[in-house]
Amino acid sequence: MRDKRTVRCIMALCLLAAGGIFCLLCNIRYGSIAIPFREVIKLFVQGEVDGTDQRILMEIRFPRAVSVWILGGALALSGYLLQTFFHNPIAGPFVLGIASGSKLVVALVMVLFLRNSVRISSGVLISAAFVGALLSMGLVLLMAGRVNSMSMLVVSGVMIGYICSAVTDFVVTFAEDADIVNLHNWSKGSFSGISWSNVPVMAVVVSMAVMAVFVLSKPIGAYQLGETYAKSMGVNIRALRIWLILLSSILSACVVAYAGPISFVGIAVPHLVKHLMGTNRPVWMIPASFLGGSMFCLICDFIARTMFAPTELSISTVTAVFGAPVVLLIMTGSRKEGN
Amino acid sequence: MKDYYIHTEKLCVGYNGTSLIKDMEIVLKKGEILTLIGPNGAGKSTVLKSIAGQLEPLSGVVWMENEALSQMTGGERAKKMSALFTEKIKTEMMTCRDVTATGRYPYTGRFGILSQEDERIVEEVMDLVHVADIGEQDFRRVSDGQRQRVMLARAICQEQEILILDEPTSYLDVRYKLEFLSTLQEMREKKGLTVILSLHELELAARISDQILCLKGEYVNRYGTPEEIFRSGYMRELFDIGTGSFDEENGSMELEPPMGIADVFVIAGGGSGRSAYRRLQREGKAFRTGILYENDLDVPVARALASEVFVTKAFEPVQRHTVERAKEGLNQCRRVICCRESFRSFEAANRELLAYAGQTGKEVEMVRG
Repeated sequence: MRDKRTVRCIMALCLLAAGGIFCLLCNIRYGSIAIPFREVIKLFVQGEVDGTDQRILMEIRFPRAVSVWILGGALALSGYLLQTFFHNPIAGPFVLGIASGSKLVVALVMVLFLRNSVRISSGVLISAAFVGALLSMGLVLLMAGRVNSMSMLVVSGVMIGYICSAVTDFVVTFAEDADIVNLHNWSKGSFSGISWSNVPVMAVVVSMAVMAVFVLSKPIGAYQLGETYAKSMGVNIRALRIWLILLSSILSACVVAYAGPISFVGIAVPHLVKHLMGTNRPVWMIPASFLGGSMFCLICDFIARTMFAPTELSISTVTAVFGAPVVLLIMTGSRKEGN
Repeated sequence: MKDYYIHTEKLCVGYNGTSLIKDMEIVLKKGEILTLIGPNGAGKSTVLKSIAGQLEPLSGVVWMENEALSQMTGGERAKKMSALFTEKIKTEMMTCRDVTATGRYPYTGRFGILSQEDERIVEEVMDLVHVADIGEQDFRRVSDGQRQRVMLARAICQEQEILILDEPTSYLDVRYKLEFLSTLQEMREKKGLTVILSLHELELAARISDQILCLKGEYVNRYGTPEEIFRSGYMRELFDIGTGSFDEENGSMELEPPMGIADVFVIAGGGSGRSAYRRLQREGKAFRTGILYENDLDVPVARALASEVFVTKAFEPVQRHTVERAKEGLNQCRRVICCRESFRSFEAANRELLAYAGQTGKEVEMVRG
């Protein structure tokens, strides 16, 4: 029985990885200008293709697709960590207002920097988002101490999210610069405008965070049984909780810094992946959530770009269409379980 | 203190700085079973949690083989003791086997992968507590009793020397209660397991424990062997029993005796009267009963339920005046229930009573005891 499940998990992981690569290629191949696969492969093999195709592929689509792959995974993993932390299947960076907190601080920093015409580096953006994430995480934790039921926690998260969004809109509306158009797009969530220069920082931060999460997979598994039992198994609960908060905030902050708040990926993907894998063991779920999130976001970004090309949808529009039904499924499902 | 395996020194436990139980001194040798009893809210769980390292003691020390528990790391402690608490756990997509296997946590490596040895132990323990057949079922979908047994298996397969169990027998039916307690005894014998547990079933506590700690109020109320604790009347005191009664010797309890004027006389003996007494209690009819030898099985129940019991010394002929008093009592009743089908040679007094009931024209009901 054990072996059978291991085989299933490995198969699922392979499927998600292969699906991710396939989606990555599709995202490079398709767009407002279709470029044949032959060219894409040529780009990989020879490192260059002719003329404008080269520019479109190398400077726009390729960095974007890679970023979507990295950030989508980060988002799903962040959601998985929050769900574990709160023992709540509908927790996620967007639902709990953590993404909105990041958005607010990033918007403030952007406006401030733009006004003084200072170029904003990736590091600053991520740090700002991280500070915002921690601030709203702190608020959520304060709330969590006062409310016991899981639905109330989510409600307070949503409220925090609304407040942050309102303040962000206010800032964006009254910002002077013309660059604000860009800011406006970003604040709705979009992967557009990511260039190669962003990728290294993003890749380093996310991969370090993912590795740290993976190393913690054993105590996270114990934590799933509840704090009492985790403690009796010798887990240092305090340290683990701090790690979970920091790591989920870093992952979510990274996404917000580059792509703005993206809804539902953090909830829907871990849930779907869990059913694909047939287990909730962190050792499997951590890589699977990451790969699943990557694939999910690539598909959504693909739709956002191509559905009404050349007009681009905001990414959250697409993720909500696919993600929200999953949340509804979870809620009706958990009622059936009697929890 | 070297002979002792685990002992506490002036241990005070409680929450948020307010102490619940003060100056607790437990002294336990390896392989002993200590049971905590006491009313709801007396602090049994708090004491267990403090010994298990879940709760910081307010003051005092828990010593384990000359090592203070507070000086141990979580991992060290987890290899020494495992615990079962009353908290329910919420799992997702975990089979009963998965839950059991989490007990191997302190022994597995960085990523918690089970070795073959771990798997073997899990298998063995699941057989021991009879959950092997539900191993592949989802933990959320099994009954409370099965879940409790899985949690027990989990605690046992941590392979520790000290087992801490908070109300381990709740949700278990009679068969599994007995099986579980025999398992404890067996493991104590084979592996020298030391057990600290809390129980609500006093009769089980009396049977399994080497030591019993009674909690009530701010201090330990009583601490000793079952023989010392289960003295007549103590349970009434410990639990403030207001209605009904508890018989320490037999571990049985009876409800409140019926009120009113005793209108029924029950002739019983040899344990034949108990069901009649209880039936009358249910019907709310007060009764008298006799004549019973003081060591008769009927006596504890009769004492708990009857308005008046006519008792005579064991191993002695029945005194004449006892018979007369019983006749007097019978005379005041309208109805007589006789639980004896036939009277043996030492029941002459009761035969006489029955005959007397006939003579005085009482309504006599014969019951098979």
